[in-house]
Amino acid sequence: MKSIALGQYYPAASVVHRIDPRAKVILATLYIVCTFLCKNILSFAALVVSAVILILLTRIPLRTVFQSIKPLIVILLFTVIINIFWTTGDTLLLEWRFIRIYLEGIMQAVFMIVRILTLIVGTSMFLTYTTTPIALTDALEQLLGPLKKIRVPVHEFAMMMTIALRFIPTLVDETEKIMSAQKSRGTDFSSGSLIKRAKALIPILVPLFVSAFRRAEELATAMECRCYHGGEGRTRMRILKYRPSDFVAIGVMILLGAGLIVLNRLGIGYTM
Amino acid sequence: MSQPFIQVKNLCYSYQDDDGREVPVLRDLTLDIHRGEYVVILGHNGSGKSTFAKLLNMILEANSGQILIDGKDITSPDMTDDDVFALRRKIGMVFQNPDNQLVATIVEEDIAFGPENLGLPSEEIRRRVDDALEAVGMTAYAGHEPHRLSGGQKQRIAIAGIIAMQPECMIFDESTAMLDPSGRRDVIKTIETLNRERDITVIAITHYMNEAARADRVIIINDGKVAMDGTPNEIFSQGERLAQYGLDVPQGTALIHRLRERGISLDGDCTTPEQCADTICAALAGKGEK
Repeated sequence: MKSIALGQYYPAASVVHRIDPRAKVILATLYIVCTFLCKNILSFAALVVSAVILILLTRIPLRTVFQSIKPLIVILLFTVIINIFWTTGDTLLLEWRFIRIYLEGIMQAVFMIVRILTLIVGTSMFLTYTTTPIALTDALEQLLGPLKKIRVPVHEFAMMMTIALRFIPTLVDETEKIMSAQKSRGTDFSSGSLIKRAKALIPILVPLFVSAFRRAEELATAMECRCYHGGEGRTRMRILKYRPSDFVAIGVMILLGAGLIVLNRLGIGYTM
Repeated sequence: MSQPFIQVKNLCYSYQDDDGREVPVLRDLTLDIHRGEYVVILGHNGSGKSTFAKLLNMILEANSGQILIDGKDITSPDMTDDDVFALRRKIGMVFQNPDNQLVATIVEEDIAFGPENLGLPSEEIRRRVDDALEAVGMTAYAGHEPHRLSGGQKQRIAIAGIIAMQPECMIFDESTAMLDPSGRRDVIKTIETLNRERDITVIAITHYMNEAARADRVIIINDGKVAMDGTPNEIFSQGERLAQYGLDVPQGTALIHRLRERGISLDGDCTTPEQCADTICAALAGKGEK
């Protein structure tokens, strides 16, 4: 399992990849706000255009993007059904027994789908696809730094994230080893009822947990030996630096938001 | 020689087992280690050798006795937290399982972990990381993810992580025990280079006799006390006494001893495999001349 991918980081040399991770967190947040600003067909159209431009800028193949959307199909279908059948309005399109479909319902469904899709695409383009998990952790630690004043253990959370990321592949390897060991003793993981299969997992989980705790203890000792004493007085080798282009990107994002508000005012067609 | 770097006097340590009974591990351990020495500590399982290492680094605290490091008593009750950090900076420790020592997801970030904890400026950390990578011969792997490296490579990264803190002494607590033969060879070579070229005092705890053969000095700990202390040559010539402490002599040395028992006269040192080979070759050449 050496090929295990942490997150969905897609290495490429795009403009988006080069943005400072902190700026990307801010951009992703602003983009989420943008998706909620949209109220009519014009602003939603503009939002779709912005999402397409964003995907093109990251140079991530469309197929990869679609793959990240695939698991959402159930949620999307659910949204469509709820909105189409339960929204009432003025323009009745179809009536059959107790089912009444209004134009407003269809518009509402379309808007919701666009909103969910752009939300996912926006955040994944800025964060999961173009930022390594470790850069993201660093960015969050610095952005949330001010919260330390009200005693939020920001550094500790970031450290936990880093260690978790570091140990996921190690523990996956270990799980495989334990499973092979159990299989060679005749354990059957792949047949039988769900309960039977769940029970077969217990002999894997117990040794895995025991070893995880042992590792944690050894790691803590090793960290102490390397003078770790929390975030206080700790410096970093890699210092994040904003570049002018980061501010340009944030400026563009704010303009997008402003543009969406203007388009909402034009009041064409159905308004959400 | 001047004042020893590490002075251990009458050190005792015991822990309480699950039933609350005191289990003594170290009883009256006394030894000195000088600056720049390459010392190997041998002992069978449960002899207290790992406990001793942990006491030197203040991971454990002694019940009684004294440890002086550079003249400073680290067993005194007025050691502050800063004193402890200063000590750990001076005496680095590498453990057995390389996986459980690496903190970060990128090699160079992991090596930077120690210096970052010391609060050094970022350019200085960068310099130390590059230097440490070079010292262990892993410069090409700076941007790699540790979980993709082999055991020996991971252990060398762990060593680099300690070197980046610029210690005066490094303790290796069975650091080669979990490695394959080629990984072990690489790590031992790295340790030797550090001792020779960087003048780092090395205390290696091991149960591999071949590793001990390369040291300046071998200390055997048995039952919580120093049982034997001398050069590898002195120690390994006493095979029977070693056997009493549950230890073997290196294979090459054992071979030479057996040949001598058969009445074949062999002169010369016989601790490392190379020395043994030379000794036997010299004897064969001598025979040919007759």
